[in-house]
Amino acid sequence: MKTSLIQNSSPELIRGTGLTKSYSTEQGLIRALGRVDIVIGGAQTIALVGPSGCGKSTLLLLLAGLEKPDSGKLLFKSTPLAQPPREIALVLQDYGLFPWKSVRSNIELGLKIRRETIDWSEIMELLNELDISDKLDAYPQQLSGGQKQRVALARALVLNPTLLLLDEPFAALDTLNRERLQELSEKLWRQRRFSMALVTHNIQEAVRLGQTILVMGGTPGRILSVIENHEACAPEYFGTPYFYEKCSQVRTQLESVA
Amino acid sequence: MSNKSGYILAVTLLLCFWQFGAMMAGPNVVATPLATLEKLLIESQSQRFWKHVEASSFRIFCALVISFVTAIPLGLYLGSSRRADRIAKPLIYLTYPVPKIVFLPLVLLIFGIGDLSKIMLLSLIMFFQLLITARDSARAVSKAAKYSLKSLGGNRWDLFVHVIWPSTLPSVFTALRIATGTVVAVLFFVESIGARYGIGFYILDAWGRADVPQIYAGITVLALMGVVLYETFDILERVYCRWNQL
Repeated sequence: MKTSLIQNSSPELIRGTGLTKSYSTEQGLIRALGRVDIVIGGAQTIALVGPSGCGKSTLLLLLAGLEKPDSGKLLFKSTPLAQPPREIALVLQDYGLFPWKSVRSNIELGLKIRRETIDWSEIMELLNELDISDKLDAYPQQLSGGQKQRVALARALVLNPTLLLLDEPFAALDTLNRERLQELSEKLWRQRRFSMALVTHNIQEAVRLGQTILVMGGTPGRILSVIENHEACAPEYFGTPYFYEKCSQVRTQLESVA
Repeated sequence: MSNKSGYILAVTLLLCFWQFGAMMAGPNVVATPLATLEKLLIESQSQRFWKHVEASSFRIFCALVISFVTAIPLGLYLGSSRRADRIAKPLIYLTYPVPKIVFLPLVLLIFGIGDLSKIMLLSLIMFFQLLITARDSARAVSKAAKYSLKSLGGNRWDLFVHVIWPSTLPSVFTALRIATGTVVAVLFFVESIGARYGIGFYILDAWGRADVPQIYAGITVLALMGVVLYETFDILERVYCRWNQL
C-alpha cells in the first residue's frame, strides 16, 4: 500500500516519491522502507510514529540527505537532494554531541564548518532561552540528559534551519524534562516558524508537536495513515480534552498497525 | 594517591626488592642500589656518559616522530575507508606478527651501520603498533557521530579534523606508551651492533668488563628515559584530551 501525504502549505521544501531503502547486514538484506511518499513544507510540524523498526529513523536520515534512497525521487526545493542541505538541521536520538568539544565548540561547530559569521550575542539569546548559557565551558559528559538535549537543539537552531529534523529527541529524558523540552520546542517553533519533522514513540509528544501525524508500520515500513492535528504547537492545547481525544485516535491507529 | 606519592612508593618498593636481590645474589651479579647511585653520580660528570644518553634519546625521538607521522595518518585512513582497509589488511596481518628485529641485517644493508639503520628499525617496530591502534580506533567511530558531523555540513576533511582525530587521540596515546616500552627494550639490542654511543652500548660495554655497577647504572638510565617519555605523553594527553579526564 502506498500512502501519499500532500500538504497544501507552501513553499514546499522536500518532496519524496516512492522512497525505498534497504540495508545489508550479516543476517541478510533488511528492507527498511517501502515506497514512501512524503511532502514537507510551509512551517508545518510533522510527527512520525510507529512501532520500532518501521523505518521512521531511516526516513528521517533520507530527508536529512545523510542516506540515499535505493529508489524513488527525493527533491529539496525542486532539485535532487544529493547531500545534506544547509537549510536542514538534525538532532539525533543520542544528542550527537561530540564529547571532545566543549558546549561552546559544539554549538559553533556547524557555523565554523559552513564558514558563517558567529554572532555570539545572538547565540547567547538562544542559550538564555534554553537555559544553558552558564554551561558554555562544560563538556557534554558534565551535563544532564536534559541539558545535553538543549545543547543539541541550540547547535541545530544556530544554523537557522528552515527544516528541523528530530529523531526521538526526548526519549532518554525523565517525564518532567521531557515535558519541559516539548514546551520549549513548541515555543521555539512559534517564534521561528521553521518546518519540523519529529520521530517519536511517545503518543502525547506526537500529538503535542505534530500538526500532521504520520503513522508508519509494516515491513518494509510505509506510511499507513495520516492524522491531521492542526492545533499542535498551539499554546494551551496540551492537556485539553481535544488533545486527549487525538491521543486516543493515534493510539487506535498504532494498535491497528501493531 | 597523588602522582608524586605514587612514585615515592614505587621507588621505595623497587629499591627494597633490588637491595634484597643484591644481598642474595652478591655484588658480582647484582649491584646494590647505593653502588649504582655512586656509579651514576661519577658517570654523570663525564661527557662520554651524556653522549650515550644523547645518542639513545636522539634515536628514540627520531623513531617516535617517523613512526607517528607515517603510521597514524595511514591507520586513520584505513580505519575510515573500508575499501582501503580490505586491500591493506592482508599485508598488515602477514607482516605485523613477524618480529621486526629479524630484519636487522636487511636494515643494516639498506641504511648502513650508522644511526639511520637503528632509527629505522625502531620506527618499524613502533609503526605497526601505532598503525593498528589508529586503524581500530578510527573504525570504532560511531555512525551517529559521522551523521552528526555530516548534518552540520561537514565534508571528509571536517570529519577527520573534528571527529576521527580527536576521538582516536586517547587510543593513540595508549599506543604510544605501549610502543615506547617496546622500543626502549629493543634499543638495548640495536645499540649492541655497530654503535659507539648509546645506553645499549654502554651496558654491553660494562658487561664485557664485568663492571656490574655500570650495568645497573645503564639499566637505571633506560628506566628513567621510559619515565620521562611516559610522563611527557601523560602531560600531552592531559592537555589535548582534557575531555577524557573528566
